[in-house]
Amino acid sequence: MTLTIRALMGACALGALATAASAETNITVATVNNGDMVRMQSYMDDFYAQHPDIKVEWVTLEENILRQRVTQDIATNGGQFDVMTIGNYEVPIWGERDWLVPLDDLSDAYDVDDLLPAIRGALSVDGTLYAAPFYGESAMVMYRTDLAEKAGVTIPENPTWTQIKDAAAKMTDKDAGIYGICLRGKPGWGENMAFISAMANSYGARWFDMDWRPEFDTDPWKATLTDYLDLMENYGPPGASSNGFNENLSLFQQGKCGMWIDATVAASFLTDPEESQVADNVGYAVFPNKEGVDNHGNWLWSWNLAIPKSSEKQEAAKAFVEWATSKEYTMLVADKEGWRAAPPGTRQSLYDNQEYLEAAPFAQLTIDTISTATPEKPSVQDVPYVGAQFVSIPEFQGIGTAVGQVFSAALAGQMDADQALSSAQSLTEREMRKAGYEK
Amino acid sequence: MARAVSKPRKLVFTLVAWIIGLAIFFPILWIFILSFKSEGNAIAAPFHVLTSAFTLESYHTVFERSNYLRYFMNSVILSVGSTLLGLIIAVPAAWAMAFVPGRHTKDVLLWMLSTKMLPPVGVLVPIYLIFRDMGLLDSRIGLVFVLTMINLPIIIWMLYTYFREIPGEILEAARMDGAGLKEEVLYVLTPMAIPGIASTVLLNIILAWNEAFWTLNLTAAKAAPLTQFIASYSSPEGLFYAKLSAASIMAIAPILIMGWFSQKQLVRGLTFGAVK
Repeated sequence: MTLTIRALMGACALGALATAASAETNITVATVNNGDMVRMQSYMDDFYAQHPDIKVEWVTLEENILRQRVTQDIATNGGQFDVMTIGNYEVPIWGERDWLVPLDDLSDAYDVDDLLPAIRGALSVDGTLYAAPFYGESAMVMYRTDLAEKAGVTIPENPTWTQIKDAAAKMTDKDAGIYGICLRGKPGWGENMAFISAMANSYGARWFDMDWRPEFDTDPWKATLTDYLDLMENYGPPGASSNGFNENLSLFQQGKCGMWIDATVAASFLTDPEESQVADNVGYAVFPNKEGVDNHGNWLWSWNLAIPKSSEKQEAAKAFVEWATSKEYTMLVADKEGWRAAPPGTRQSLYDNQEYLEAAPFAQLTIDTISTATPEKPSVQDVPYVGAQFVSIPEFQGIGTAVGQVFSAALAGQMDADQALSSAQSLTEREMRKAGYEK
Repeated sequence: MARAVSKPRKLVFTLVAWIIGLAIFFPILWIFILSFKSEGNAIAAPFHVLTSAFTLESYHTVFERSNYLRYFMNSVILSVGSTLLGLIIAVPAAWAMAFVPGRHTKDVLLWMLSTKMLPPVGVLVPIYLIFRDMGLLDSRIGLVFVLTMINLPIIIWMLYTYFREIPGEILEAARMDGAGLKEEVLYVLTPMAIPGIASTVLLNIILAWNEAFWTLNLTAAKAAPLTQFIASYSSPEGLFYAKLSAASIMAIAPILIMGWFSQKQLVRGLTFGAVK
């Protein structure tokens, strides 16, 4: 064989290789660092087996950095990410602006009707789904059954705030380092304001009236904040104004909290014997309400996968989103790690599964609280916005965090409830006027 | 001649210096200890943290979950690349300002420094858009360029102060001996300024290595350095302290080791020209 022919053959082989390589589609997935998402990354072999032509690159970031990063990319049409992990706060805002690819042509096998109606509703704009939920959560009371028994209190399935206060008083034993109640105090719209907004909902308060006027100067808000501060000052742990989800989780796991009212997803951490010293003594109850107000806080949060319009690989991205949020994926997790680890709160079929209900004692309450959450009507009063423990308007991140700082300062003892409320009222009024909401 | 210091006074000073030194170093030490603990033990009370068992679990998990080598290589390329590019621009600039100052040299120096006074987030959107249009998002070339630009004022200022300490007469003598501009800068000026250049290089590598605004905002999957590696281990929901500590130690270890070995050079360079 002459050298020329050899060289030509070599070139052809190289060319063929190059074509094969270019047939592979690389997609970039931006995601948060939490247990469920990290777990997914270790199951990618299953996805590659089904889609050998797609390769996934992960960008895992801390929640706040991720939020800033993806918002900046989608608002500038940057096209850096093909799949974004976003919350149900962003989905309606971005969907409405036509920034996201509508997910209206998912396959039959995906069974979109299996998605929980509350979650599906929160991710849709005018009936069109804009993101697929990966896991969902509501909020509930988690309490130490042994401490309750010792203190001689029974926490009913549907407690009122008065009963919670009473239980907190009886369970508190500061000398033994046990605090009756742990709640979020760290400032931030997704930190203390998630909890306080839900608590306000359960007191009959609302963020804005129908003319977008903030309502911090009304009685329900005053009652909410006064009771919150009262609970924390008398029965809460020291330094609570810097406690967020993680700090409270750690306190509870170490046996220092009698009760903790927070996201349902916490239950799986609290009952994990490897991490928690109190795994066998955790009881659950519905998020409390104030006597006479038929509202359990309406906390609803989900982490979802969405495809930005700027992505140039939308088909491959859609294949990934379908796989990651499918029933088969749930089965895969259950198979490998047991039912307790299945991503909760998105599909009815999971809660129809007896094996799951047996493995996860908190499952029934989780589904009940998620199903009864109504983000379109978070308060007993009429509201002009959608959103449960937040208000789904772009300005809320800024306003929510500023109000959160004021309330956190009140918790730290720098001002009283009245001062905090009037400060929150004036700053929210100012921001809403600037944003052009005032009629 | 050294000033005579009484013994008790010396003891007090030494003690205070040690306390301050330890206080500054303590967070790194604590991160180091936490990185060898299990997640459960890492959040326990300090005494329990110290007495509980050591484990390599976190390092193992971090290695398994992330492609450390890729982040590390990106960090090396970005910090070394931006420093070299910066030097190529800064050496001639500092030479000109130190030895042939014009009427506006002082103003130019101050103007350069003024670019450091703007919060970077103020120009984030324009730069993001420029990068998008030029296809530079998530590319190492783009980041090397940005890191060079943000550190350039510091490099020029440092080199300028070092160069000014070198007597102009020596350069003059070289010129008299027939050295051209190239020879003058390369064979006379540069060797004399080596300590200054070395400390500038080291400082700039450290600054570029730790830069966490642009490197987080302009990268996604391909060009992300160790700053993103750290950011991927923090979380508002869930336990992560031990893994985050392990990731932090892995991210700072290379630069710490480099700094340790070159500290003599660094101190010499930073105090260069302090005594005439």
